[in-house]
Amino acid sequence: MTSLSGAPVAGGTTGAVPAVNRNSRRSRWFAQVGWRHLVGVLAVAFSLFPILFVLSAALNPLGTLSSTELVPTGGVSVENFTGLFDRTAFGRWFVNSLVIAGVASFASVFLSALAAYAFSRMRFTGRRVGLLSLLLIQMFPQFLAIVAIFLIFTTVTDLWPAIGFNTPWGLLLLYLGGALGVNTWLMKGFFDTLPRELDESATMDGASHAQVFFRIMLPLVAPILAVTGLLAFIGTINEFLMANVFLTNTESKTLAVGMFGLVAGERNNNFGIFAAGTLLTAIPTVLVFQLVQRYIVSGLTAGAVKG
Amino acid sequence: MSTSLSGPGSAKQAPGREPVGSGLPRTSRTARNHAPITATGLLVKVILLGLTAGIAIWAAFPLVEAERWIGLAVLAATTAGLFYLYLTRRHIPAKYLVPGTLFLIAFQVVPVLYTASTAFTNFGDGHRGSKDEAIVAIQTASVKQVPGSTQYPLSVATQGDPATGPLVFLVTDPQTGAVSVGDAQGLRQLDPGDVTVAPGGKVTAADGYTILNFGQASSRSKDITELVVPTSGGALRSSGLSRAYEGKAVRGYDAGCDCVRDSETGRTWTADEETGAFVAADGERLAQGWKVDVGLRNFARVLTDPAISGPFFGTLVWNFAFAIGSTGGTFLLGMFIALALHSPRMRGTNLYRILLILPYAMPSFAMLLVWRDMFNTDFGLINNLFGLGVDWFGHDWSARLAVILVQLWLGYPYMFLVATGALQAIPRELTEATLVDGASPWQSFRTVTLPLLLVALSPLLIASFAYNFNNFNAIHLTTEGGPFPADNPTAGATDLLITYTYRLAFGAQGAQFGLAAAVSLFIFTIVAVVSAVSFRRTRKQEEVYS
Repeated sequence: MTSLSGAPVAGGTTGAVPAVNRNSRRSRWFAQVGWRHLVGVLAVAFSLFPILFVLSAALNPLGTLSSTELVPTGGVSVENFTGLFDRTAFGRWFVNSLVIAGVASFASVFLSALAAYAFSRMRFTGRRVGLLSLLLIQMFPQFLAIVAIFLIFTTVTDLWPAIGFNTPWGLLLLYLGGALGVNTWLMKGFFDTLPRELDESATMDGASHAQVFFRIMLPLVAPILAVTGLLAFIGTINEFLMANVFLTNTESKTLAVGMFGLVAGERNNNFGIFAAGTLLTAIPTVLVFQLVQRYIVSGLTAGAVKG
Repeated sequence: MSTSLSGPGSAKQAPGREPVGSGLPRTSRTARNHAPITATGLLVKVILLGLTAGIAIWAAFPLVEAERWIGLAVLAATTAGLFYLYLTRRHIPAKYLVPGTLFLIAFQVVPVLYTASTAFTNFGDGHRGSKDEAIVAIQTASVKQVPGSTQYPLSVATQGDPATGPLVFLVTDPQTGAVSVGDAQGLRQLDPGDVTVAPGGKVTAADGYTILNFGQASSRSKDITELVVPTSGGALRSSGLSRAYEGKAVRGYDAGCDCVRDSETGRTWTADEETGAFVAADGERLAQGWKVDVGLRNFARVLTDPAISGPFFGTLVWNFAFAIGSTGGTFLLGMFIALALHSPRMRGTNLYRILLILPYAMPSFAMLLVWRDMFNTDFGLINNLFGLGVDWFGHDWSARLAVILVQLWLGYPYMFLVATGALQAIPRELTEATLVDGASPWQSFRTVTLPLLLVALSPLLIASFAYNFNNFNAIHLTTEGGPFPADNPTAGATDLLITYTYRLAFGAQGAQFGLAAAVSLFIFTIVAVVSAVSFRRTRKQEEVYS
């Protein structure tokens, strides 16, 4: 989108006419760059004010909803954070969530990439039907299927307790059921933008389809793998409905299930602890985002692929 | 969707129209098939197939033990299929599709099909199991203490957590001194070596069980009263916390008249196979029924029951407005900000990105609850901040505005993220070329950038629409469907079809999964049709662009 900034015009004028008065230079700066910062700042303000409210609630020593302001005025304390670890099994929930979300997002990105490669690069009967059904199956109201999932896993728990209720592995399997879906579409779209000549020439040089996939395609789509991995991670760590049915032991709960229990009863009184938990829950996601940031920014196929 | 960006050579084909063979020349396919086998590839294949075999064998033992032969057959067939698929050189697409599809079928397709099949039954509270299970439940529930009932010393125990674990009764036979453990399935004798019995017959310790002390037991007295252990002559129930009696079932099933008879009052309830319940002559039904097929009756009820079909249309219109508003709003805002930040001259885009993405990083269910509190009339942040006294969730339009605003906040970082990704995938040369040709920035955006963005993002937009159409949490955790009109407490101003269904199906009358499944099939049809139509439209557009 260099187009909006009028790059060639800017390049042509820099320093070319020294007599330009400051006013017009400033207004040109605003037209080309400044408005972008204005939009950015406004958007950041919109993004941040509810989070600021949560932060203020978390630091509020009274810990109730009704006493919380946007900016903490009644002093600051970390009581809510210590209370969170003393009164609940927050540490355990945190580890459970990290393990489940980490493994699930990694595995589902891999499964998704495999399928996207086939959908993008191969032609086979049922391809279009397959793609459409992936989209359709997502549209069934999931929470109604919970009754069925509960019955299925009651049997699974009887037969194989290791992957039954209250185990991370069972929940993981369940999440992998949703691995193919929107993310596959997203990846397929990006696979499609890579020129076919790349993998065809590799094939001509004697590469097998697996080598084309692992050696050529995967490195090229690393940015979109990172993005979908991030999306999967966030989706999993926030997932509540399934996890709530699945995990009933205090020790095996995830953050979403555990924290919901905190405010299910008395929200006003537990609000400070809840807010503290909300903030801590966000930390892994923010860190993962930092980790994959360079991929998102590095430009998808810049360099390797010329249109 | 096609290879629109990859240049003129491959852009001609329209993948998906027909089985397009021309995309991959025949030679290349054969070349792939005859590529040499590498040592690494072979090793990985052997390890993965070995793991598959190992998991299959591990999974097979419990199946054999439980004599579930159908499950075993499915397992064997799946494993054999996997071995065939990865050892043959044919079926290359399947090699890539099968891993994900297996999980998809097991954990998404099967549950959805199962749910859909319940739409044709009366599955729900009171209609959960088979007729035999209903009869057992009726009999055990009617157990009463009669003169001459055997009394047992009782200890209550559990194999799990004393506060939540499933309870069992440990009882000592007063004649033989044998200790048995009993739960809802029945009574089982324990090995005398595993238990410690106090004088008087009360069990004080048993291997594998935690005996509840008096405090723990009294806090769960309700569970203890409800636990009925079926025995050959009737059932065991507790009387107090330390004694149990073996009572007689007052109600029993009589196969001759296919009815349940009460031996005290002589009243009978005849089985009605149509509705899956025992019904008395005066129309009184027993609470325990069984699951029967009811054909299309659930669907007929959705269409004809005025309580369900009446507010349907208004809810449907708002449902569309909500889904389109949420998806369109987040997309426009996300794309606008992505465009604004996507410039080589921008400094600090990384910082903006980190801050902008924060709403997406926050746990959404928690933030929905926080937003709900921010809209609180009395001490909510919004009213405090702007000095207002608006009862946000009390009026139709302010409540609708509020939920869409919340969706906007929650959803736009995602759209911003994917739009940024898609923008970076568009080769700069394309937009630069339009500028060289003298196009204005707006023209260049409208004719080059936006179409390419839509190509990449339209499936996501459709998916987002479908998701928001059924966005249960967005309503349930904020307004709960309210405000409700005075004359109709079942359909509120912000109710989506899904929350409305939820209230009808799981609400005050108890769970009616069959009816809920029927309504959800209606909803599914609506969403699927809308998505399929818009999907076709975007496909047509794409062909124009490519």
